[in-house]
Amino acid sequence: MTLSLHDVSLTLGDGDQEVTALDHVSLEVPPGELLAVVGPSGSGKSSLLAVAGALLRPTAGRVTVAGNELADLDDKARTRVRLDHLGFVFQASNLVPSLTATEQLLLLPHLAGRSPSSGRERARQLLDDVGMGHRADRRPHQLSGGERQRVGIARALMGEPSLLLVDEPTSALDHERGREIVELLAREAHDRGVATVMVTHDTAMLGSVDRVLTMADGRLAAPAPATHT
Amino acid sequence: MFIALRDLWFARGRFALMGAVVALVALLMVLLSGLATGLVDDNISGVRSLPASHLAFSADGGVAFNRSTVDRDQWEGLAATPGVTAAAPLGNTLFNGQAYADPDVAARASAEIARDGTAATKGTAVDLALFGMEPGSFIAPTPVDGSPLGSRPDGVLASKALLDKGVKIGDEIVLDRVGTKMVVVGTTGKDNYGHVPVVYAPLTLWQEATFGAPGSDPATEPPAIHRVATLVALNSSGADLAAADAALELKTVSKQEAFNGSPGYKEETGTLLMIEFFLYIIAAVLVAAFFTVWTIQRRHEIGLVKALGGSNRYLLKDAMGQAFIVLVVATAVGAAFGIALGAVIMAATPVPFALAVGPVTVAAVLVILMGLIGGALTIRRITSVDPLIALGGAR
Repeated sequence: MTLSLHDVSLTLGDGDQEVTALDHVSLEVPPGELLAVVGPSGSGKSSLLAVAGALLRPTAGRVTVAGNELADLDDKARTRVRLDHLGFVFQASNLVPSLTATEQLLLLPHLAGRSPSSGRERARQLLDDVGMGHRADRRPHQLSGGERQRVGIARALMGEPSLLLVDEPTSALDHERGREIVELLAREAHDRGVATVMVTHDTAMLGSVDRVLTMADGRLAAPAPATHT
Repeated sequence: MFIALRDLWFARGRFALMGAVVALVALLMVLLSGLATGLVDDNISGVRSLPASHLAFSADGGVAFNRSTVDRDQWEGLAATPGVTAAAPLGNTLFNGQAYADPDVAARASAEIARDGTAATKGTAVDLALFGMEPGSFIAPTPVDGSPLGSRPDGVLASKALLDKGVKIGDEIVLDRVGTKMVVVGTTGKDNYGHVPVVYAPLTLWQEATFGAPGSDPATEPPAIHRVATLVALNSSGADLAAADAALELKTVSKQEAFNGSPGYKEETGTLLMIEFFLYIIAAVLVAAFFTVWTIQRRHEIGLVKALGGSNRYLLKDAMGQAFIVLVVATAVGAAFGIALGAVIMAATPVPFALAVGPVTVAAVLVILMGLIGGALTIRRITSVDPLIALGGAR
């Protein structure tokens, strides 16, 4: 399993303000699967991403990413795990404003301590794959929402991650663009064997997804029948 | 500095604006340092150029050129002190005078002063600091041009600063009111004291000008005036100067400390130092304010880079490197303009201004350093950003 959560709970805040964001969640995602987690805002699906992405420590339970037991790692080592094994696709326009599309991708080898130019060939290839080869030299403010999201996906794949975490990828897009993005994610997951977890509140986008789980009040539930119509 | 350099270009308008203000601060620092150096030169370069390590003032007047009087017993006593390698009397008085190219006209002016107390015959008005010293003593300057001190009893050496006012070798100078007449026989470097040019005179001529009755014949002066000077200049190598001071009723200080005894020196340097001090503080606050706002604007981006796997070290190196580049470029531009403007001031105005490599470099380095300190104040704003903010919905 690329990602496994075992009996994970997360409590946020303290005292009277205490909120149970994750309530005894267990989950396994194998390589190459695109899993969608659907739920209303506040259901805990973003907390799920944060815990799986080594951005938050769970209050209880075990999280394993590509063989790394996250509970055993300090902040520095967790940063390293993010760099080596994880790819993030954030909500719309989470790109560095001053970098061109190519540079968004080249930032990753640089963060890992390698020369940015070493990734130039791979970056070009990835931008071609997501259909952005022709806009490789544009900065985020010169791109549309869908184009920005494609660059975001290419960037997430740049570090050759084993696990891709995708946060509301379609929230800023119209229906057609949203569907294309989810199809792109499914294709990349299958072609590259990357375990992919996508959280979304948009149930209309799930046509090309392998598996759907719903989330409510911090609990993961069985596949919602409505998605199989 | 993958992102920092691209941010510099991307937000070039904002950085240029901030850089322009830093450049103006640097420009002001260069001008102030030039003015400070110029004022110091203008005030005490004549004292600074004395080849002496220490100056001995009379004990009762404190360290003040215009209140000190020493006599022959004191300078001979100092010269005999073990460890004092050389000691010589120095007279120091500020005068107004008139310079005349024609000796006959000078003689007429001198005679008018003897008769009426004032000269109806005007030459070129000059202010000067008369330094009296024994010809051949270790402090007597070597002339750049002309004859040395002592080549004739009324022969004096004029500072280049006086030559700039149109006085030449061979001209005669008559001091106002006292009527003492002297001949410029040689020139020295650009020595000033109390913001006027120095004129080096034989000690006896200085004594007559300072203590003699106006218009009197030097031959009839009481011999007592030939026993006095303002202070003693000496070179010491390990002499017990405190004991000598006690025995001879002197107050001996290093030449550097003696500058403070020159009228206005402390006030001038103090004022400029204070202005410079506040400018350095302003430079730090300015850069801190800019980078604080800049970092707040970039908060989301910083969280994103952290979520992608960027370490605090990586982000801090980026931020400080960026601040360093902006500061170095802005300071270099500002200093270059300052030096250019300073050169114009020196060439075209009588403002005491001098560009010296040392003070200008110190000013530039301090502007950069204070800017970096200001930039460093924003470090916590970078390290404290939580990568979680990159996840839009996560709380």
